[in-house]
Amino acid sequence: MAKMIGTIEVDIETCKGCSLCVEACPTNVIALADEVNGKGYNYAYMANPDACNGCTNCALVCPDSCITVYRKKVEMV
Amino acid sequence: MSELRLMKGNEAIAEAAIRCGADGYFGYPITPQSEVMETLMALKPWETTGMVVLQAESEVASINMLYGGAGCGKRVMTSSSSPGISLMQEGLSYMAGAELPCLVVNVVRGGPGLGTIQPAQSDYFQAVKGGGHGDYKLIVLAPSSVQEMADFVELAFDLAFKYRNPAMILSDGMIGQMMEKVELKPQKKRWTNEDIDEMHPWATTGKKKDRERNIITSVELDSEKHEEANKRIQAKYKELQEKEVRYEAIDTDDAEYLLMAYGSSARISLAAKEILRAKGLKVGLLRPITLFPFPVKQLQNLTGQLKGILSVEMSSGQMVEDIRLAVEGKVRVEHFGRYGGVVHSPEEVANALEQKLTGGK
Amino acid sequence: MEAVINEIKKPENLVYGKTKVLTDNVMHYCPGCSHGVVHKVLSEIIEEMDIQDQTIGVAPVGCSVLIYNYIDIDWQEAAHGRAPALATAMKRLRPDRYIFTYQGDGDLAAIGTAETIHACNRGENIVIIFINNGIYGMTGGQMAPTTIEGMKSSTCPFGREPVHDGNPLKMTELLAQLPGTAYVTRQSVHTAGAVRKTKKAIRKAFEKQKENKGTSVVEVVSTCNSGWKMTPVEANKWMEENMFPFYPLGDIKDV
Repeated sequence: MAKMIGTIEVDIETCKGCSLCVEACPTNVIALADEVNGKGYNYAYMANPDACNGCTNCALVCPDSCITVYRKKVEMV
Repeated sequence: MSELRLMKGNEAIAEAAIRCGADGYFGYPITPQSEVMETLMALKPWETTGMVVLQAESEVASINMLYGGAGCGKRVMTSSSSPGISLMQEGLSYMAGAELPCLVVNVVRGGPGLGTIQPAQSDYFQAVKGGGHGDYKLIVLAPSSVQEMADFVELAFDLAFKYRNPAMILSDGMIGQMMEKVELKPQKKRWTNEDIDEMHPWATTGKKKDRERNIITSVELDSEKHEEANKRIQAKYKELQEKEVRYEAIDTDDAEYLLMAYGSSARISLAAKEILRAKGLKVGLLRPITLFPFPVKQLQNLTGQLKGILSVEMSSGQMVEDIRLAVEGKVRVEHFGRYGGVVHSPEEVANALEQKLTGGK
Repeated sequence: MEAVINEIKKPENLVYGKTKVLTDNVMHYCPGCSHGVVHKVLSEIIEEMDIQDQTIGVAPVGCSVLIYNYIDIDWQEAAHGRAPALATAMKRLRPDRYIFTYQGDGDLAAIGTAETIHACNRGENIVIIFINNGIYGMTGGQMAPTTIEGMKSSTCPFGREPVHDGNPLKMTELLAQLPGTAYVTRQSVHTAGAVRKTKKAIRKAFEKQKENKGTSVVEVVSTCNSGWKMTPVEANKWMEENMFPFYPLGDIKDV
């Protein structure tokens, strides 16, 4: 059977750490980093990358358009 | 083809607007200028030249429609009378700040408040000192005949676009309502959208691939940058003062006394000058046509020969302050005027000059 | 895992990225502000309809006064509340262009009430995007015409009390009554699903303009977490529980 695997890329310096993507992610992939970016925000990152299915929800709700989403269909054995 | 017609000043404004190729008129009714929009609506220029005419919900909306139209590089205008012009001050300040050209016609009536529907010249300060908030000025033209009402429409648009600043025709209820012979100029073509792209690259016409986006705005939150924007605007006013002063001087060569008046008061003062000349007084008339820029140098050139200047205005004395600033105390300057809707007679003006400047001799 | 991510992160697998109609300027909005989401949605529609060179926006006074720094189209910045008057003249003088206003609740429903109602009543062929967060954000969280009963702001610090402060105004329902409006809807951007619906709504509004149908009004019930003094996530929850019952989502009019 086929499965969607995905990944996101966060523009760390544009991220304001609002946490809306964390909330929007249905598979709990995203968390806010302990580290801060140049503006002092705890930026979003993939804390649990294995769970990402590339659904784009995080990018849709991101007010600062700092999330890029990739998705690929893979055949599961 | 030019055409000779007998018409009201207000009607002449409307005819001239269509004929000079104006793109839009947005207005709200108020006495004594409602004939401007009534004439436009009857002529239906949207069916001929394509000029848009719209009755807005208020003067506030009218002036902001001008902002939108001017921002697209279009030649847009409105007309109103004193209380309505007060409502437009916010919009005029924004347009001056955003460096947008437009034409506003003020057919002045007596104030303050709702005042009266009779003619007055009591909006001089509001017109020439900015009127709204911030450091800005309007280009102000003062017609004293129906012919000038017609001619100044195109002149005002030309100056407004040359300097990217709002222009005002400061008329009054007398010029607006009276009928005179007027020569209307032949119909000119309106600018096409392509003309505008070429002539006014600042206009918001849709961002082309080969240029940055155009932004029409008066806001700049960086104070240093905002000071620069203000300096650019002030430089235009300096240039206007140097290059665009317009005036009419009658019998000033040998004048010892000078009547200074614009608009309706200039017509009355011309008759007063004749009365005084007949009495043997050497009186001339200086009629500013541009109230901003004011004919400062032209007035200063006369100060050496003058014993006194009488500012004649249908107000309690507004232009008289600019005359005093110009002559720097070198000549005695007095004011005479009826106001609150009362129009002075030539005899009253002549008597005032004798009483105030010659000691009644 | 690194290898797997690099395998996925290839141009052919790109499913969502920032539209080119948005500029690279970092938005001045507070973290979590709804404005950014609506800006993005609007920009995506402009890109998808391929109308970047045919669209002129009108910016309001309010937090989004600087929207022209973010969306790469021609813009005019209006005086407070006057955007529909600008747009009226712009569309009548340039009927070949897409004209829209972007206004907050203070701009559209208080100081600009007359301009809004009359533009809609004339059926001006424009799109009005109405961001309703029930508060004056830019000036520091004062009461708006749309502040709901009991909601706190810096000028109703104990909550809006209709007897003293007047009632919240359902402007969008009011505009739907007018014969000039073609499409009136209320949306939100608090979830991915809501963002998708808002995008559909704004797209529909632009399509209505293309078809010369009249005025379209898209209200987006939004958060102002700074003004509301909540976290962005709390603000979304508060909006769902308190704003939506008074400002229900969905199409109100579609002619």
